Amino acid sequence: MVGQMTDVLEAALGLFVVFAAFLVLPLLVGQLEHKVMAHMQARVGPMYAGGFHGWAQLVADGVKFAQKEEVVPAAADHTIFRLAPALALIPYFVAMVAIPIGPGLVGQEIDAGVFFVLAVMGVGVIGTLMAGWASANKYSLLGAVRQVSQLMAYELPFVLAAASVVVAAGSLGFTDIVDAWQPWWLIWQLPAGAVFFVAGLAELNRPPFDMPIADAEIIFGPYTEYTGLRFALFLLAEYAGIVLLCFLTAVLFLGGWNGPFNDSWLWTFAKAGVLAFVVIWLRVSYPRLRADQLQKLAWQVLIPVALAQLLLTGVVTVAW
Amino acid sequence: MKDGGERSGGKGIGLFKGLGITFSTMTKRSITEQYPDVQPELPPRSRGVIALFEENCTSCMLCARECPDWCIYIDSHKETIPPPEEGGRERSRNVLDRFAIDFSLCMYCGICIDVCPFDALFWSPEFEYSEFDIRNMTHEKDRLGQWMATVPPPPALDPSAAEAKELQGVRKKAAAVTPPTGSGGDS
Repeated sequence: MVGQMTDVLEAALGLFVVFAAFLVLPLLVGQLEHKVMAHMQARVGPMYAGGFHGWAQLVADGVKFAQKEEVVPAAADHTIFRLAPALALIPYFVAMVAIPIGPGLVGQEIDAGVFFVLAVMGVGVIGTLMAGWASANKYSLLGAVRQVSQLMAYELPFVLAAASVVVAAGSLGFTDIVDAWQPWWLIWQLPAGAVFFVAGLAELNRPPFDMPIADAEIIFGPYTEYTGLRFALFLLAEYAGIVLLCFLTAVLFLGGWNGPFNDSWLWTFAKAGVLAFVVIWLRVSYPRLRADQLQKLAWQVLIPVALAQLLLTGVVTVAW
Repeated sequence: MKDGGERSGGKGIGLFKGLGITFSTMTKRSITEQYPDVQPELPPRSRGVIALFEENCTSCMLCARECPDWCIYIDSHKETIPPPEEGGRERSRNVLDRFAIDFSLCMYCGICIDVCPFDALFWSPEFEYSEFDIRNMTHEKDRLGQWMATVPPPPALDPSAAEAKELQGVRKKAAAVTPPTGSGGDS
């Protein structure tokens, strides 16, 4: 009885910590993006909110979003329209629960963690599709359809690249993968890591893969009709997706909490932080890819590379 | 389809060059000026506002007539001064009653300043004189006179520039009076 109680308490505590991280880390990434992007463009970014270098800018933005009137277009499907942001956001939270940060530091240990996380991450696109369809707006629908076609193209290299490291480690569990990881995997699994990261960016609609929300062409894609908190939830989903992708890449391909001197959850955070910086860096440096370039990159570059990597991994694993 | 990467160096080099440019920009100081907190460093001869040195003005109306959009208003009257000595002729002089510039019309061309033969108008770099009412943008002569305190001294001549006309004239006269034997030649 007491053991059951502690189990429940432990699970609740784990969920609470993950939830807090889920709310805070995307804001940190967003603030980092504000400042890094500004300095890469020879600007200074927000300077006033909070007093010190605009550290509270995103808090101020959140307050603004919360104050806004919620508008639902008359022709829109009200229920679906209202439900869509939740469906876009929650999968990332569910996925984050299963990702370990350090040895034993995980919201919920799942044996087939990689499988679970990749499956759940794919659900998020349904939220976007619902938003686009329910808005009764041609731009929203166009954006949603672009989003789905992009996901179709990039889900394959994403999963194939993850499969490579799974084959190498011989396990679907994150902890087992990190335990099996060796520094020379950085070279051996480099193509898979690169494919995984790029395909992940494309799934998150991050520039340069932001065709679905290309603001110069289709306003803001599926989110065109959204205002206030629901719009903020979509934005939060995007940044939560960045956090998730960075932790996933760090755990799968960069050895997670394996560090040069000691093993610590700090290493996972450092690696994910560097990756988050790279995400922002890529956004600032590259222009948006066209639809045909997007498809070409996925089918002619990423998928062949991922397949070749999978072959190499299989041969090396069997031959070793 | 030709990609841009083929043009310079190897294929795809441009992708890394782009990353390098953004990264090096990030490490440099940003060029943003924190204007309301820190005053900008304006170059000399900035065209902020026009100052009036009233004592030099003779109400000749040249500035008002040359102004392309007629934003200078001048009212004056003539006063006679009693003759300086017995039996002399009465002198008349212009007295400036009103000198106003409507900065809501002014296009900051500076023609009035160039055209003034008596050095009564000057550029001042001050620029913070916005108003909530457009009528307050017309600065009367007392306000125009207050700007005089903000007029910077003229920038020094370029070291290799020709000497000012006034100095050349003085030097020529001095040379005519004293023979050029001494070490002389001080500016």
